[in-house]
Amino acid sequence: MNLDAMQDILAASRREGKPMWQIVLETDMENRGVTARESLEKMAKTWRAMVEASDAYAGQRRSHSGLAGGQGEQMREYAARGGTIGGDFTAQVIAEALAMGESNACMRRIVAAPTAGACGVMPAVLIPLWRRENIPEERMVQALLVASGIGAVVAYRACIAGASGGCQAEVGTASAMAAGALVCLRGGSAEQVCHAVAMALKNLLGLVCDPVAGLVEVPCIKRNVIGAMNAIAAADMALAGIESRIPVDEVIDAMGDVGRRLPVEFRETALGGLAVTPTGKEVKERLAAGRRKQRTLTIKDAKFHIKREQ
Amino acid sequence: MIDIFDIMGPIMVGPSSSHTAGAVRIGRMARTLLGDRPVKASLHLHGSFAETGVGHGTDKALVAGLLGMAPDDLDIPNSFALAAARGLNFTFDEIDLRDAHPNSVLMEVTGAHGGVLRMQACSTGGGRILVNKLDGVEMSFTGDSTTLIVRNRDDRGHVADVTYALSQAKVNVAGMTLHRDARGGSALMVIETDQPVPEPILELVRSLPGILQVTYYEKED
Repeated sequence: MNLDAMQDILAASRREGKPMWQIVLETDMENRGVTARESLEKMAKTWRAMVEASDAYAGQRRSHSGLAGGQGEQMREYAARGGTIGGDFTAQVIAEALAMGESNACMRRIVAAPTAGACGVMPAVLIPLWRRENIPEERMVQALLVASGIGAVVAYRACIAGASGGCQAEVGTASAMAAGALVCLRGGSAEQVCHAVAMALKNLLGLVCDPVAGLVEVPCIKRNVIGAMNAIAAADMALAGIESRIPVDEVIDAMGDVGRRLPVEFRETALGGLAVTPTGKEVKERLAAGRRKQRTLTIKDAKFHIKREQ
Repeated sequence: MIDIFDIMGPIMVGPSSSHTAGAVRIGRMARTLLGDRPVKASLHLHGSFAETGVGHGTDKALVAGLLGMAPDDLDIPNSFALAAARGLNFTFDEIDLRDAHPNSVLMEVTGAHGGVLRMQACSTGGGRILVNKLDGVEMSFTGDSTTLIVRNRDDRGHVADVTYALSQAKVNVAGMTLHRDARGGSALMVIETDQPVPEPILELVRSLPGILQVTYYEKED
């Protein structure tokens, strides 16, 4: 089976009486010519890489531009003081999304899901829940399988790159994947997964990709937060039995349509939105002016490292 | 068919799958195709690689790849220092490759044994890459499959010889394209296979008359 439509995965799940994750697992086995064990092990490795990336976060790191870093730590400290508006869990989700986005900007190891720019969404909802409820790794792997099946359908029918469809394609897709993963973890039905995906994607429809100075930093890191929070809302709605009035595959097609019609200025080119605000432009100019200077610095650094190593 | 691990993955060093992970893979591909340890590299960045390359670490990523690093290597940010330590001299500049993909690089790489590779490649998103030009000949391959690149005299019979050798080793050809610079000059076969090509078969292909050069790229997990 190809992962072409959520409806097809749902139908296969019903027809064969198998959970959604198993349908996705079987398509991977067929596609890559691997055993169930090999496929599950690779996904477990991916999950562990996500957890390691979260553990490896350090608040003192700054990105090359100096724009990113430290806010995940700030959020953690704020949460530790208690009394956050959205409660502890919400605060942890926000902190996790910021931390992962910052690690990415600081050239640390992350898991692109589905892209590096949106790498904070999945771990932001999964890691705090996994910690809180002590969920076995096996079930986390199943949730990741469901999420990757959702992402594959979006990639096939629409797009998952900011350059093709704007931020709705990156953070929007990540949010839809995360919503589906949450429903799977809570034992929701395949139908509920589909409704969660539809609702998560609908809520972020039209979101533009407008990175300041073209970097995956502003506003990308904080957009991971909205992707995560939106996923929780969509999953809870679906688990409550709330349905999307527009069927999931139609929502995905609509996202693709919006993406194609989005002016090129709003597709990662840094020619629109926040990138061209007075402050956005100022940042870009400052970085361009500093580029020459920074290059000399890098060369000096290199010499320093060599001497030290010898 | 989309690989679900291209969706849930790759596991990579940030910040961008196209500008960082893809750039590492391009550098690594150049090293593989050169078949030697690079000692000198001139890298010409085009389009978005030139525009936002420094902020995305594209320059560090390309050098890291030339040093043989994989996209998840935590040493990628330190690649300039490591290159200096390992005797790789490199230069960067900007170039206009006209209608090339925005994330393109043209590079000339010299190996420790004097071999030179001239490769143009682009990063197409999600860490995937496309090699567009090799030693002046236009072609295209992604490195998603095991790939054999055979340079031969533009003469009849070589395609049959090479594919026969592969069939003897029970290697199935998944895709194949033929390219040449000028009629009667040198030609390239780009053969993507489902299975790895055993070393004795590579040796056999190398020894066939009219075959000038054989480069082998084995698919990475």
